[in-house]
This record gives sequence, structure tokens and C-alpha cells, in this order.
Amino acid sequence: MDASTAWGGGTSPFKVSYGKLMMWFFLVSDGLTFGGLLCALGFAKFANPEWVAGWPMGEEIFTHFPFTHAHLPLLYVAFMTFILIVSSVTMVLAVEAGHRMDKRGVIKWLGLTVIGGFIFLGSQVWEWSTFIAGPDGDLSTWHDNATLQHNVYGGEVIMTPGEHGHNHTEVVSYGPTLYANFFFFITGFHGFHVFTGVLFNLLVLRQVIRGVYHKRGHYEMVEKVGLYWHFVDLVWVFVFTFFYLV
Amino acid sequence: MLRDDIVEYSLDYHHSEEQGKVVRKKIWKVTAILSVITIIEVLVGAMLPKAEQTEMVWMLIKTGYIALTAVKAGYIVMIFMHLGDEHKNLRYMILVPYIIFILYLIFILYFEGSYVNDAWEFLK
Repeated sequence: MDASTAWGGGTSPFKVSYGKLMMWFFLVSDGLTFGGLLCALGFAKFANPEWVAGWPMGEEIFTHFPFTHAHLPLLYVAFMTFILIVSSVTMVLAVEAGHRMDKRGVIKWLGLTVIGGFIFLGSQVWEWSTFIAGPDGDLSTWHDNATLQHNVYGGEVIMTPGEHGHNHTEVVSYGPTLYANFFFFITGFHGFHVFTGVLFNLLVLRQVIRGVYHKRGHYEMVEKVGLYWHFVDLVWVFVFTFFYLV
Repeated sequence: MLRDDIVEYSLDYHHSEEQGKVVRKKIWKVTAILSVITIIEVLVGAMLPKAEQTEMVWMLIKTGYIALTAVKAGYIVMIFMHLGDEHKNLRYMILVPYIIFILYLIFILYFEGSYVNDAWEFLK
């Protein structure tokens, strides 16, 4: 079908294909979801003063780094941000290669994007597990049947020597729960988007390797999943600012 | 009905090797800008922690963070997502309703949140 048949004799006012237009519509609605969630965090911060909710300071939220016990504010989160920016760049390079019908280029850059996505997901797993179990993995929030919202981060812990040389750890007070609710929900929702993005990228990569898009004559499908992947990066830019900086 | 076979629009962005070089140069330039902004944000965050700042200075730093975030978001949407190169009808249809709605939401929540905050202070 040509455009004038589809548009009843005229042309599309947006000059994009149906699939790309629908991807943009989806991203606007998804952007409103994330915008609403982050605005809700802002509301909670405006409404509840420090002495009510105990808001932690942005740069003190995560100060750990793998293989060291040094106090390194922001460094690990900066690494995660960097990974996502780099994978966004490789994605846009894959789209560019697609515009030149360069199949090998698309495979290379899209493959690197998938790897970047996996590194980000792995980093988030480490961050969450450190949040929940403590930097040495020696705290358990589960022994007293506490749930994730009763995150020990920021809480107080006492250690007493137990049997067989093992220390017995007990949580005396919990960290700021309102903050933890927002933190785990929003970063978790974003992580879920990264996960689906990696899945879409993998499926499209499979089609690229099989030559489906080359036969079709254009790599627009790479562009469409690319839009989604950039959106995930865009959301992280805001999550980074409103959770770790402000 | 398969709409992906309206190839006119899908082929619009095909370009040659020479044009590709220009596009890639632009991509690397934006990469450098995004990286530098992130490094600045992280350095400010690590060097000037909130605890050591006065209310005024922290307000300035916070505004700076939000401004830098907006710049980064602009580059991602306009260059990486190619919205800057799309037809202006599409560009405005995506951006205008979104920005109006979010600005309204920020305004109304800030207004309400400040009121609730005052109530807490009253109870104190």
C-alpha cells in the first residue's frame, strides 16, 4: 500500500510510518507514568519535612563499590549512568548503520547495546542486594519476617558474638520507609523497562541476523526498539537526578 | 492491515556513506556533551555534599542539577531519538501536551505539598 491510499489521497501529517507513530504514542504515555511517579516523590518530599520522613541525602544514598569497603559516594551510580549512556550511543549507531543498510554494522552495535543492557541489569542487582543485605551481605531483613519496605538501609544494627564464631546481627531500627517505598518502586519499574528493552533488542537482533529487515528494504524496526531504549536511558537521567543528587 | 509496507516514510531516513559520517560525528559530539554533564553532576555531588551547604547554596545547586538534567533530556530526545529531525507536526504533538501536563502536575503538587508541609510545622 502506498501512503496516499492509506491517507485517503493525502499524505500523513506526521510523515512517519504507522509503527513509529504508535511507538511515540506509547512512549508519551509511559513518560507520563514515570513523570507521575517522580512527581509523587516530589510531593512526598515537599509535604513531609525532614523530621517526619527522615529523607536521606542524595549523595549519601549509595556509597559502596564492589571489591572495596571504601566510602565512595555516587561512584557506583555514576558507573551505572555511564553504562546506560554508552549503550544508548551504541543503539543510535545501530540505527545509523541501518539507514545505510549496513547489516554487519547493525549486528555489531545492536549486540553491544544488548551487552550494555545486561551489565546495567547486573549492576542494579548488586545495588539492590547491597541495599537489602548490607555491604557484606551479613544482614538479613528476613529473619524477623520484615519485608522489603523495611529496608535496613539507614537503620541501626547491633552485632553480638554468637556460637561457632558467627556474629549474630539484629536490626534495632529501620531506615526511612517512605523513601524506600519510592526508591524500590521507581528504580524497580525502571529496571523492568530495561529488562523488556533488552528482550526487544535481542528479538530484533535475531531478525537482523536472519536478514529479515534487509529483505524488507529498511531497518525501521531497529529504529523503533531504539526509541524505546533511548526512552529507558531518558528515564534513568531523571531517576539519577531525583534519587541520587537532589 | 499491514501498515509497515507504506515504505515511503520508512525509507525517508536512508542516507549514503558520506552523510553517515556527518551523522556519526554528531552522535559522538552529543556523547561527549552527555558524559561531561554527568561527570560535572557527580563531581558536584561528591565535593559539595548537602550537609555542608547553607540553604541558599543548596537551592542553587539543586536548581543547577535540574537544569543540567533538562539539557541532557533535550539532547537525548532531539538527537538520539531523532525528534529534532522529524516533521514539526509530530514534534509538537509529542512535546507540547506532555510538557504542559507535567508542568501543571509539578505546579499543583508543589502547591499542595507546601500546604501540607506548613501543617506539619504547625503541629510541631
